[in-house]
Amino acid sequence: MSGKTLTRADLSEAVHKQVGLSRAESADLVKAILDAMTDTLVTGETVKLSSFGTFMVRSKTGRIGRNPKTGEEVPITPRRVLVFRPSQVMKNVINGEEPGTED
Amino acid sequence: MIKSELIQKIASTNPHLYLRDVERIINTLLDEVTDALQRGDRVELRGFGAFSVKERDARQGRNPRTGSAVKVDAKRVPFFKTGKELRERLNGGAPETATTKEKM
Repeated sequence: MSGKTLTRADLSEAVHKQVGLSRAESADLVKAILDAMTDTLVTGETVKLSSFGTFMVRSKTGRIGRNPKTGEEVPITPRRVLVFRPSQVMKNVINGEEPGTED
Repeated sequence: MIKSELIQKIASTNPHLYLRDVERIINTLLDEVTDALQRGDRVELRGFGAFSVKERDARQGRNPRTGSAVKVDAKRVPFFKTGKELRERLNGGAPETATTKEKM
């Protein structure tokens, strides 16, 4: 593990270098892409990106939680959570295997 | 929404770009994330979330159909943690739940 952390700036730089757009425009596009995904997810719609993975919103019901430190009961309100399911391709790549085919 | 719809959406707001350029931009972004994870790096996208890799130890699994024990090798799995801003937006922009408020 190298433990490095990439940010939006690194993604913008990659777009700048590989697609040849200006740095400013690359940064704008990275933002636009993430915003488009976010806006879709906020409506509750799933975002499925082949060979990458699927982002989906799940609704959780309310329940009684407990503060593990004090043992005190705290209500957990119903809420929506985002889950990411990596594609088989991503899982293979991360394990240094052949990417294989989608699903 | 699938990838082609995302491409369409970005292309419609950037009419000076060809569809295939938008496709390359999106693929570059996604490949960059996957490549970083492959190296064991993290990707932190403020407002959206963070991608990281978790190590899973080898374990003795079981074929649920036959019940026979099978060896499951150690592996690395991608992990995504939703960013604070997106988590709040998913819940109507409310300033978090009672559980987190208690802590503060």
